[in-house]
Formats: sequence, structure tokens, C-alpha cells
Amino acid sequence: MSALITDAVSWALLAAGSLLVVVGALGLIRMPDFYTRMHAAGITDTLGADLILLGLMVQAGFSLVTVKLLLIAAFLFFTSPTSTHAIANAALTAGLKPRVAESPGAGKGSAAPEGGEP
Amino acid sequence: MGVSDILGLFNYWMVIILMMIGFYTVVSRGNLVKKIVGLNIFQTSVFLLYISMGKISGGTAPILTGKPEVYSNPLPHVLILTAIVVGVATTALGLALVVRIKNAYDTIEEDEIQAADDETEFGDPQAAEDHRR
Amino acid sequence: MSIEAIINIALFVFLGLTAFAILKLRALFAVVMLSAVFSLVSAALLVHLDAVDVAFTEAAVGAGISTVLMLATLALTSRHEKAPTRSQALPLIVVFLTGFALVYGTLDMPRFGDPQAPIQVHVAPKYIADTQSEIGIPNIVTAVLASYRGFDTLGEVTVIFTAGIGVLLLLAAFIREPEGLRVQTMDHHLVLRVVTKVLIGPILLFALYVQFHADYGPGGGFQAGIIFASAFIIYALVFGLENARKAVPGRAVRLLVACGVLLYGGVGFVSFLFGKNYLNYSVLGADQVAGQHLGILLVEFGVGLTVAAVMVSTFYAFSGQNPPIGDEDW
Repeated sequence: MSALITDAVSWALLAAGSLLVVVGALGLIRMPDFYTRMHAAGITDTLGADLILLGLMVQAGFSLVTVKLLLIAAFLFFTSPTSTHAIANAALTAGLKPRVAESPGAGKGSAAPEGGEP
Repeated sequence: MGVSDILGLFNYWMVIILMMIGFYTVVSRGNLVKKIVGLNIFQTSVFLLYISMGKISGGTAPILTGKPEVYSNPLPHVLILTAIVVGVATTALGLALVVRIKNAYDTIEEDEIQAADDETEFGDPQAAEDHRR
Repeated sequence: MSIEAIINIALFVFLGLTAFAILKLRALFAVVMLSAVFSLVSAALLVHLDAVDVAFTEAAVGAGISTVLMLATLALTSRHEKAPTRSQALPLIVVFLTGFALVYGTLDMPRFGDPQAPIQVHVAPKYIADTQSEIGIPNIVTAVLASYRGFDTLGEVTVIFTAGIGVLLLLAAFIREPEGLRVQTMDHHLVLRVVTKVLIGPILLFALYVQFHADYGPGGGFQAGIIFASAFIIYALVFGLENARKAVPGRAVRLLVACGVLLYGGVGFVSFLFGKNYLNYSVLGADQVAGQHLGILLVEFGVGLTVAAVMVSTFYAFSGQNPPIGDEDW
């Protein structure tokens, strides 16, 4: 019975994490400019990755593997938002303006369509 | 040729495709950094070839667990592990050469380097063209 | 089709697509980033193929050091590739012919995963069967790397040493003197500085774990050296090259480059003094297994020292170039 519960919990966590990764990937393709794409990509490596790691921890139980996974999760928890911040900061410093549209059509052309290249 | 043959050779074929993409990048592109990236792709495909050959179906990583298990071949792992680090050291050497070429010629495009060489040797590009014929 | 076969195919297809994108793109910055992605995906594939040690190395090298070195080169050269001027027909024909010849060659190869393939019945069974009794450590890759095939590894370390010397020779003339160094710190990246400061300690600790835990799990001198170097490189990137040079002077690093190889060669020489073959560690301890343990530990340490020192001094050589690489170039 308890094995069934752990399995169910870990599967739920893994599925949720995977869903967030897919959403992030989708956002990366569908979002209009650099900063919104960063926002989408940020989901994959923070919540998505952490939920998957949490699911794996539940699967591993109380063992050395869980400690290692916990360390990886902590590492990701610090580094991913930092890297997202650093990239966004670099883009802003390089002069890439966020695309702001008050009315439909406004702001077009203010941001390069290929956001990855400052 | 059945499905099991195709699955059994799939890895090797993909390795060859990667290898050829790397090879094509090296021979067709004039930019020296791009050539080095192409060489890296080629190199990685060789790594994957070795490791694919060492894999045994149902095997596990070659770290003894004390239980009777099938272990994949550790020898290719050793060869490739060292090759990766040697690869990055030689890549660094290649990149250092690129930096020096940029300092000397002010370009990293093969054609322009050739043109600059021709100009110092023959005076003008036409004379170089005649010389080569 | 088993789930393993599907993962295998999916990862290979990803690799193919990434490689194709690298070929097609002209923005070199994107090419370098994609080559890091390529390395990471190939590391995932290597884990899938049971080569955990190799995957570890590939992830640390491909996504870490070599990306940094390529970005440094781009900052010193140019970021855009010019359109090819010559006809692409001849290269294409050559590549297709070579590819078909190679595919034809694979038809006779043993099928993937075949336990009776010639490669599986030669020396590998001996290594797997005897490692426990002869070397006494669980990680067979480390045992083969440092002991059974110690000569190979000594050669590889020498190649890394030589390549490092080559880089220093090529770039040394253009390295700026420390006093003339423009101070470049990422002062405006407060978050980056704080997080880096917090993380450098754990990264170094992890490198030590990888270095000395290699007998029991994936790891060893090669991986640990790369991770050590990454910690110093990230420090230099965020806090400026001058500060990094204050912490670890270039002269000390260059000394360590030689020390690692010397340690490796020296351990081999010690076994000479006991009247045994070169790199036979059995004489180093009370019994064979203890001797092997000590020998592998020392040799792996030598490897780690040389790899870390070569990577750090290579990075110093690249980032100390004139004209200086600006903060925004990374």
C-alpha cells in the first residue's frame, strides 16, 4: 500500500515537472520577444527541474541518492534564476529593449525578432 | 534486412551522419572557429561510436555492485574519457592558433587569409592565380 | 520496441538536428552555444549507453570549459561567419561518398548490444572479473584507467601537458602585464557576484569529492581537474582576471602543470626502485591491494593537478589577451 502511495506521489511530481518543461519549451517557441522567452525558459530549469528531482527523491526514499538529489536541487535553485537574471541583464545592457505594446501593432520592430543575439 | 538489423545498426548510422556533418563543416566552411566546432562534432561522433560498441543489452555501468550483473565494456569508456580531455586541450591549442592568425592577418576567414598571403608573395591576386596554373 | 531503444533514437535525432543547426547558422555566438547543447545531449546519450564516467567528463568539458574558451576566441576575433564564396558541390560529393562507404562498412558490424561481439570477449571480461581481487576497487573504469592501462593515461596526460605548453607559447607574447591590466569586474551584476561567491566553495568541495571518490563512483582526476578549473574560471569571469591572478598567480599555475605530470611519472619511477616494472603500484603498500589503492590515488591526483592547471593557465592566456576582452563580450 505504501509503495503504491510513494509511486503515485512520485509519478504526480514527475508528470507535473515534465508538463512544466513542455510548457517552457512551448513558450520558448511561441513567445514574441527575448524577455518573454526568457520568462518561459526560466520555468523549465527552476520549477520544472526541481519538481522532477523531487519526484525522483520520493522514488529513492531515505538514502544517499536522496541527499545527492537534494544537493543538485539546491544547486539548481540558486544557479538557474541567477543565470536567467544574468542573461536578461546582459541583454538589457547590450541595448535590447523589451517589446511593449500598448495598442495592437505598437512596439513592432522595437525588438529584434531574433532575441538571442544582442 | 529486418527491423532488428536496422535497430542494431541505427547507432552506427547516426554516428556516421554526425561524422559527415562535422566533416562537411570542416571542408566547406571558411571560418576557422566554425571549422573547429565542426571538428568537435566529428570527434564526439567518434566517442559515440566507441561507447556504442561497448554497450551490452541489459548491461549496467561498470561499477561493481557485489551482485552478479552484466557490465558494459569498461575499456572504451577509459579510452574515450581521456580522449575527451585531450580533445579540449587540443581544441584550446587550435583556438590559440586562431587568435594568433587573427592578430597576424586581421581575419579568420580562410579565403581572405589566402588572398593576403598571395598579395605578400606575388603582389596582386591575378599573378597568384597565374602562378597556380 | 523497448523504451530504451526509443530514448536512444530520440537522443541521436536531437544530436543530428543540433549538428545540422550548427552547420547552417552563421552567427558564431549561437554556434558556440549550440555546440554546448550538443555536448550536453551527447552526455545524456553516454549515460544511456552505461558510460557514466565518460558522460561526466563530456558534460564538464563540453558545456563548461570548451564553451568558455570558444567565447573568449569569439571576443578576440569576430562573431559572424562570412558566406562561403566557393562552390559547395565538391565537398558535398566527397562527404556523401565517404558516408556511403562507411555505411556499407557497418553492414558487417556486430549488432548493437550484442554480448558475443568481438570487443566484448577480448580483455574486458578479465578486467571485470579480476578488478575486485587485484585492485580492490569497485569502479572498473578507474581501475583500468589508472592501473591496468596506466601507460596510456600517462601518455594522455603528457599530451594535455604538451597542448597546454603550446597554448602558452602561442599566446604568451600577447598577454598583458598585471600592472597594465584594466580592472574589469562585473560590478553591476550584484546577484551574480553574491551567488558566485556562495557557490565557489561547494564547487571546489565537489571537485575534491570527485577526485577522491573515483574508486567507488564515477569520477577521477580528469573530471575533478575540469571542475577545479571551472571554479577558478567562474571566479575570474565574475570578479575579474586581476583578482583571480592575485588568488592564484599564473606562475604558480604553470608550475602545477608540470608537477602533475611529474607526480604521475614519479610514482611509476618509485616502482622501478623496488625492482618492479614501471607503474606497478603493488610495491607501494603492505600488500598488493593496498599498494594499488595508494598508487591509483597518487596517479589520479597527478592527473587532476595537470588537467586543472592546464585549463586555468589556458584560460588566463586567452582572457589576458590584448585587446582586453570586455565584460559584455562574455
